[in-house]
Amino acid sequence: MTEIVTESSSIEPAVRVETKRQPLPPRERLETVFEISDVDAIYGSKPALKGVSMEIYKNLVTAIIGPSGCGKSTYIRCLNRMNDLVPGFRQTGTIRYHGYDISASDVDPVAVRRTIGMVFQRPNPFPKSIFDNVAWGLKVLGMKDNLHDRVEKALTQAAIWDEVKDRLKGSALGLSGGQQQRLCIARTIAVEPDVVLMDEPASALDPIATQKIEELMHNLKSEYTFVIVTHNMQQAARVADMTAFFSISRGEEGQRWGELIEYDATEKIFTAPSDKRTEDYVTGRFG
Amino acid sequence: MSTLETSTEITRRPFSGRRVRLGDLVLQVVAGSAALAVVAIVGTLVYKIVDGARLSMSTFGLGFLIHQNTWDNVGNHFGSLNFIYGTAVTGLGALLIATPLAIGIALYLSELAPSWIRGPVTALVETLAAIPSVILGLWGLLVLAPFLLSEVDPALHSALGFIPLFGPATEGSNLFTAIIVLTIMVLPIVSSISRELFLGVPPELKEAALGLGTTRWEMVRGVILPYSRSGVAAAMILGLGRAVGEAIAVLLVGGGTIASAVNSNLMLPGNTLAAKIASESQGTSTSFEYSSLFYLGVILLGLSLVVNLLAQWIIRRSVRKQGFA
Amino acid sequence: MSAVEVSPLHRPNDRLRRRKVVNRAMEVIAMLAAAIGVAILFIVVYKIVRNGAGQINWDLFTKSYIPLAPPGTPEGLANAFVGTIVIVGFAVAMGIPTGTLAAIYLVEFAPRRVRSFVSLVLDILQGIPAVVLGIFYYELLVITTHQQRALWGSIAFATMMLPLVARSTMEVLLLVPNSLREASLGLGVARWRTTLGIVLPQTVGGILTGGILAMSRVAGEAAPLLFLSALGGNTVDWNPLHPLQNIPLAIFSLTDSPYPDDHAKAWAAALVITVFILLTSLGARWLAARSKRKLGRS
Repeated sequence: MTEIVTESSSIEPAVRVETKRQPLPPRERLETVFEISDVDAIYGSKPALKGVSMEIYKNLVTAIIGPSGCGKSTYIRCLNRMNDLVPGFRQTGTIRYHGYDISASDVDPVAVRRTIGMVFQRPNPFPKSIFDNVAWGLKVLGMKDNLHDRVEKALTQAAIWDEVKDRLKGSALGLSGGQQQRLCIARTIAVEPDVVLMDEPASALDPIATQKIEELMHNLKSEYTFVIVTHNMQQAARVADMTAFFSISRGEEGQRWGELIEYDATEKIFTAPSDKRTEDYVTGRFG
Repeated sequence: MSTLETSTEITRRPFSGRRVRLGDLVLQVVAGSAALAVVAIVGTLVYKIVDGARLSMSTFGLGFLIHQNTWDNVGNHFGSLNFIYGTAVTGLGALLIATPLAIGIALYLSELAPSWIRGPVTALVETLAAIPSVILGLWGLLVLAPFLLSEVDPALHSALGFIPLFGPATEGSNLFTAIIVLTIMVLPIVSSISRELFLGVPPELKEAALGLGTTRWEMVRGVILPYSRSGVAAAMILGLGRAVGEAIAVLLVGGGTIASAVNSNLMLPGNTLAAKIASESQGTSTSFEYSSLFYLGVILLGLSLVVNLLAQWIIRRSVRKQGFA
Repeated sequence: MSAVEVSPLHRPNDRLRRRKVVNRAMEVIAMLAAAIGVAILFIVVYKIVRNGAGQINWDLFTKSYIPLAPPGTPEGLANAFVGTIVIVGFAVAMGIPTGTLAAIYLVEFAPRRVRSFVSLVLDILQGIPAVVLGIFYYELLVITTHQQRALWGSIAFATMMLPLVARSTMEVLLLVPNSLREASLGLGVARWRTTLGIVLPQTVGGILTGGILAMSRVAGEAAPLLFLSALGGNTVDWNPLHPLQNIPLAIFSLTDSPYPDDHAKAWAAALVITVFILLTSLGARWLAARSKRKLGRS
C-alpha cells in the first residue's frame, strides 16, 4: 500500500464518492484495452503532454480529470488519432490497442476511428434527419442490413428512442441540446465500436440531460469501454470506475505541459490519493 | 444586423428643439443621391431597352422568339431563335464542363492541399477571372481554335460522332470553341465561391464524420457537399450569368459572322444574343433592325435578371434554412 | 508485415480496402482538377508573353493606331493607350466616389428596407451584361447628342464599377465597430463629421482595394465601347469629348483582321494590358490583406 502523505488517515474530499458503486474486479481479471507508454504530445514546438503511461481496462468507465489546460482533450484525442487532423501535431511513445500499436504512422487512422469512437464536447449532429444521422455512418461503413433495426437499437441504447420514434424524419437540429448529444451518442454506438471516447460530453448540457448521459454510460458499460474527459469532479466520482488525474507542470522557460499525476480506482483517488497534487485538486484547494 | 439598427436609431432620435445640422443634411442628401442614382440607372435602363424594342415587339410579337435563320433587313424578317439557341447551348455547355472542374479545384484547395500550396494556387485560379474577355477571345481565335480544329474536333468526332453534338467541324470558329472559352471564364467564379463555402463548413461536423471512421472522401460526400449544396447551386447560376452575358469573346470565336443556325452539331459556327448585339454595333440599317436589336437586348436582359434573382433567392433561402447569416 | 496476423482493428465487412481506393482516386481527381486550372492560366499567359513580348518596342507607345491603314505603315498603339487612360481615368473619377457615397448612405443612414432594396438593385446592376449597358447608353447618350464620346465610355464603365465599389465599401463600413460611432456621437460630434472623420478613415484600405479591383475589371472591357467610342481618330488625343481609340477595341479589331502583323500588335497590346491587370489584382490583394490586418489590430 502506498503511503498517504497527509496528517489524517483519510482526507476530506470535495466530492462524495458513490458508495453504491460495484467494487472493481481484481486486477488479474481486468483485460487491458489500451496500453499507453511514455506518450508525449507536441503541437508545433509547444509540448502539450509529457511522459504519459497508463493502462485502460475493458468494460470500465475511466475518467480523465484535471484543471483546464492540462491536456486532457489532447490525450483522449490521441487514442483515436483525431489529433492527426491538426497540422503540426506530433506524438511520441506508443499507444497499444489490444497489443497493436495504433499510434504508428503506417496504421490507418480511418481503421482506428472505426473501432474507437468519439463523442464531442458540443453536440454536433449532422444537418440531416434524426434517422439519417444514425443511418449515414451505418450505410457508409457497410452495415446496411437491417438498417431500421440497427437505428432503433442505437437510439434505444442512447436512451432517446421514445422521444424521437415518431419523428425520425424530422431534422436533428430541432432537438434540444441534451437530445442532440444523445443522438450523437447513438450515432457513435450504432457502428459498434469497441471503445467510446467522450470529451466532456455533458459540459454544454443542463443537469437533467447530464444525468441521462451518465445513466447511459452505466448501462452500456458491459458492451463498450468508456473513457471520459470531464472537468466536473462530481461526475467522475459518480460514473467512473478508474480515474486518472492530470495536472500542469511548468518548465524553466515558462513552458507548460500536462502530466499524468495519479491513476487509480476512483474511490482511492477521491478518498486517499497518493500524490499531494491529487489531494489538492480533489479537495478543491486548487483547480 | 445590429450595426444598422443602431445607426438608424441614432438618426431617428428626436432632437427636441435643436435644428438639424446642415452638414448632416448635406451628407445625407449627397450620399442618398448616389444611392438613388443606382436605382435610377437600372430603372432607366430597363425602360429604355424595352422602349427601344417596342417597334420590333409590336411588329414581330412573340414569333420573334421562334423564327430562326432570319435576320434580313431587306425583307424585314427578324428572328432570334438562332441566338437564343446559341446562348443556351454555350452557356449550359460551359457550365457543364466548368462545374465539376471547379468543385474539384475547390475541394483540393479546401481539404487536400498542403498549406504552402493553398495561397499561391488560389491566387492563380482567381487570376484567371481577371483576364479580360477580349484577350481570351484573342487567344481563343488565334491559339485555341486552330488547335481544336486540327486535334480535338476530329478526335471527338471519331470517338463520339454518333452523338449529333459532335458532328464534323468545318472551321475553328464554332460554338464548341466558344464553349471552351466560356468555360475558362466560368471556372474561377464557381471555384472561388465553392472554395469559400467548403472552408465555411463547421469543423465539428467534419470531425463528427471522420470520428466514425469514414474516409475523407466519404466525409466530403456526406457532410461538405450536402452542406454547401445551395451555395454551390447559386455559384453555378452566377457562372451561367457570366457566360450568358459574354459578347466579345463569343463574337471572336463563335463564328457568328460566318453563319449561325439552329442545329445539333456544336462544331458549327453559331451566334449568341450578346454576340449578335455586339456585332450590330457597326450600325443597323433600318429602324426595324435597330428595334430588333433592342428586342434581343430585352431577351438578354430578361435572362440575366432571371439568373441573377434566382441566385439571390437560393442564397437567401439557404441562409434562412441554416439559420445564420 | 505486422507481427499480429489479424489486427484488432480489422472489421471484415466494411470493405476498407475498397473504400480507401475510392478515397485515393478522388484525391487524385481533385489534384488533377487543380492542375488543370493552373495549367489553363499558364497556357494563356505563356502565349500572351511569347507572342507579345517580341512586339514590345518604342513604336508601340509612340506611334498611333490607324485602322485600315495599308500594310507597311509605321504604326503603334499610342492613341489607343492614351484613349484607355482617359476613359478609365474618368470612369474611376466618377465611379469610386459615387459607389462610396452610395455605400455610406446605405450603411450609415438608410432604413433597413431601403438598404435591402438598393442592395438588390446593386446586385441586379452587377448582373447586367456589358453589351446591354452599351446599347442603353448608346440610346441615351449617342443618339441624343449624335456623337460618340470617350466620356460616354467612361460613364458606362463607371456604371459597371458602381456595384463593385459599393459592395466592397459596404463590407468595410460594416466592419467598423459601432462603439466607435457611438463614442464620437456621445461626445456631441455631428453625424456627418463622425462618418467622414472617424468611420471613413478606417475604411480607406477597403475602398482602395475595391476601387482597384473594379478598375481592373473595366480596363479590359470592350463591349460598351463598341457602341460608345468606336470611331476614334488616328492620332493621340486626350479630349474626353471626342471618341477615342482604346486598347480593348484595338485588340478586338486587330484580332479580327486577316493580317498577321495586326495579330502581332494585338498580342503586344494584350501583354501590356494583362501585365497591368495582374499587377493591379495582386496589388489590390496585397492591400486587402494589409488593411484586414490593420482593422484586426485596431
